[in-house]
Amino acid sequence: MSAEEHVMDAPRDSHGDTHGDHHDTAPAHATLGGYMKGFILSVILTAIPFYLVMTGTLDKHTTVGIVMAMAVIQIVVHMIYFLHMDARSEGGWNLLSLIFTIIVVAITLAGSLWVMYHLNVNMMPQHDMSQLP
Amino acid sequence: MTATASAAQDTATRIYHHETEHAHPEGSSTLLGFWIYLMSDCLIFAVLFATYGVLGGNYAAGPAPKDLFELPLVALNTSMLLLSSITYGFAVIAMQNRNRRSTQTWLLITALFGLAFISIELFEFSELIHEGATPQRSAFLSSFFTLVGTHGLHVSFGIVWIFTLVTQIAKHGLVEANRRRLMCLSMFWHFLDVVWIGVFTFVYLMGMLR
Repeated sequence: MSAEEHVMDAPRDSHGDTHGDHHDTAPAHATLGGYMKGFILSVILTAIPFYLVMTGTLDKHTTVGIVMAMAVIQIVVHMIYFLHMDARSEGGWNLLSLIFTIIVVAITLAGSLWVMYHLNVNMMPQHDMSQLP
Repeated sequence: MTATASAAQDTATRIYHHETEHAHPEGSSTLLGFWIYLMSDCLIFAVLFATYGVLGGNYAAGPAPKDLFELPLVALNTSMLLLSSITYGFAVIAMQNRNRRSTQTWLLITALFGLAFISIELFEFSELIHEGATPQRSAFLSSFFTLVGTHGLHVSFGIVWIFTLVTQIAKHGLVEANRRRLMCLSMFWHFLDVVWIGVFTFVYLMGMLR
């Protein structure tokens, strides 16, 4: 029994700091530099889309593309610098649950918009007043 | 007889599991559990975003985003939330340095920015309702108020949580439990900022471009 227990415990011990004082509560990589980097990037990534939309310097399609791209980049910046996401946190379970959530969110959003758009398109002739008897 | 004996021997030698669970430190799984809660919260917002995406163009001959939204106000609101994110980061740094006074101060500053955000949002809502753009006016406004209101409600609860945590730190100091709570609230607060990126991009900026 004790032999099996030892074998089971071995990989945990190899981490060294797994049983450390504050491995659960304080991620060691929360640094002032990291927060500042994330903040400055976020300010830039927020200012550009607001500037583009408020002044309308570029044409509409380009603006939409840039605004969307900035939002995606900023979400990733927040995930890395503020939420301290990486493949190692909580033994990878954080990242795994995030990926699962992103898949479900993508199906929900894309599915809803796709189905409802086509529903609207297909319903259109029904509301055409000239077709009414 | 022999069959029973060998079966008994098998059970004696083959052990596939621990007879007793080895001790986990208290709260060691809290952060992962809280993360999974946030992921489920993410699904709530995804559904609200999808609802807004579907209904956002149905104005019922009422006001459209261009007639209602004031981007300077939204930009101010966004900066409040962004500033609150960095001040929460300072609180985490202060906690790591075991500086109790500084942790509490930064948490309170974060709460002030949060309160500023909520105040600006409520001001915006009251202006809209004053102009007759109530949630009952059109499907666009119903889904708008539901999505933005749910986010605002989350921020409000976050502020309540900040004041609770400041009180707990004042009473018990930066003990293990309080540091764990502070990290949970950190995830919650930064998560709300991530959701707000979606709100100001898809609702406000895209609404003005529509």
